[in-house]
Amino acid sequence: MMIPACRLADLPRGEAFRLDVDPPVSVFHTDDGEVFAIDDTCTHQDASLADGWLEGCEVECPLHASKFDLRTGAVDSPPAKLPVRTHEVVVENDMIYVRLSTEAPNLPPCISARLAGGPA
Amino acid sequence: MRSVAVVGASLAGLSAARSLRKQGFDGRLVVIGDEPHRPYDRPPLSKEFLSGALGEADLALEAEGEDLAAEWLLGTRATGLDHTTRSVRLADGREVRADGFVIATGAVARALPGSAGLAGVHTLRTLDDARALRDELAGGGRLVVIGGGFIGAEVASTAYALGLDVTVVEAAPTPLAGPLGAAMGAIVSGLHTDHGVRLLCGVGVKGLGGEHRVDAVLLEDGRSVPADIVVVGVGARPCVEWLEGSGIALDNGVKCGADGRTSLAGVVAVGDCANWYDPRAGHHRRVEHWTGARERPEAAVATLLAGGAVEPGVPRPPYFWSDQYGVRIQFAGHAAEADSITVEAGAAGDRDVLAVYRRDGRPVAVLGMNQPRLFMRARKQLAATTS
Repeated sequence: MMIPACRLADLPRGEAFRLDVDPPVSVFHTDDGEVFAIDDTCTHQDASLADGWLEGCEVECPLHASKFDLRTGAVDSPPAKLPVRTHEVVVENDMIYVRLSTEAPNLPPCISARLAGGPA
Repeated sequence: MRSVAVVGASLAGLSAARSLRKQGFDGRLVVIGDEPHRPYDRPPLSKEFLSGALGEADLALEAEGEDLAAEWLLGTRATGLDHTTRSVRLADGREVRADGFVIATGAVARALPGSAGLAGVHTLRTLDDARALRDELAGGGRLVVIGGGFIGAEVASTAYALGLDVTVVEAAPTPLAGPLGAAMGAIVSGLHTDHGVRLLCGVGVKGLGGEHRVDAVLLEDGRSVPADIVVVGVGARPCVEWLEGSGIALDNGVKCGADGRTSLAGVVAVGDCANWYDPRAGHHRRVEHWTGARERPEAAVATLLAGGAVEPGVPRPPYFWSDQYGVRIQFAGHAAEADSITVEAGAAGDRDVLAVYRRDGRPVAVLGMNQPRLFMRARKQLAATTS
């Protein structure tokens, strides 16, 4: 499913836009002008990567120090051990669209527990 | 360099081992650890692990299937470093020879004199410490935490959530005044009293009551605080005794340069045991932060592999976090350098705050309580202005 996120013109380089889907997804506009979408929630603990430290093609979780590669979703630093999902991005007529991954997300234990305990 | 021994198997040691492989070292890699466990994460020990929300498997620092092609010598302590034979002696009699060494032996919790052998008295540093304390807290009762620093405060917060009756005793007039300054230390430590946890400040501990098991904490002003469980959280000292006589320069830990090099060729030091030179401050600092143990080994390993001093990148301002009573506390920089503090967002009374510390108008530190987004922006600005 393609979801309109925001206008490219409204997302300056170095900034992120959080898309309020469940679980949330973040769109990053790098300093080099590329646009990527990954799951917004750090796989270690409930924190929004849109609030993180963006450097090159990596974002560091705002709470701890785990760094995720925007291109692959891979994590290269503890405490997180699992990657985040990446989502396809299409920019058309200055609008950013995200095609959500159909893989299962890697959510942190606190959120997984909440989802498992709640209604399906 | 054909072989490297990393002495210490916690976050700093693991980060060094990872950096070695990442930077192309493909020789023999030996990791020595005094605990029997594979590298594990310590921050949850006073929080999610202590409360039971996380189990031991959740603490593992290595990713599933991660293989650094290292030899792990665990459950044995290093007892000496012989620079002439390039070897580390181990408590079990073995010797490990290597071309290069990474010292990552960390720090050990300070105990209260006279508390040895008294049941119910705990320190919290290792997984085994946390297991023992978790089992005791499960029985409930009255907990007295000696020391209102971050470990003590996190234990108090966790125990409060588990339903214990908690008292925190702090010798200084204001807890956390060292890391945060007195004004913000008072605000953060106000979280205790917000929740009905007693906070006794400005009074030292004279001793502990009880014969076989602790039953009270005796204060210097004559008061006695009844206790079923006592946690001593009065800081840590670097684990470097084993290096005495090795010829390595020691001063509040292993003295090292801004690139991690020590006074001995082919030996670098990282983590809580390392007293790094801070070129910006113009003196050495030993910083016991998780983030430093994660980040610094990269520079130290580069130094080791280059066979000498390398020009280190400018380190980011030190950063740490704490979770207490459901509030996320984040701090970066050096509070002691500040001549003013301003609250820039939120309100201190609501325990929801972003405060910027400045010296001569220039930011030197930033504190956030439940403000991760604003905190990260302020932290980036701090790094930009201090680099």
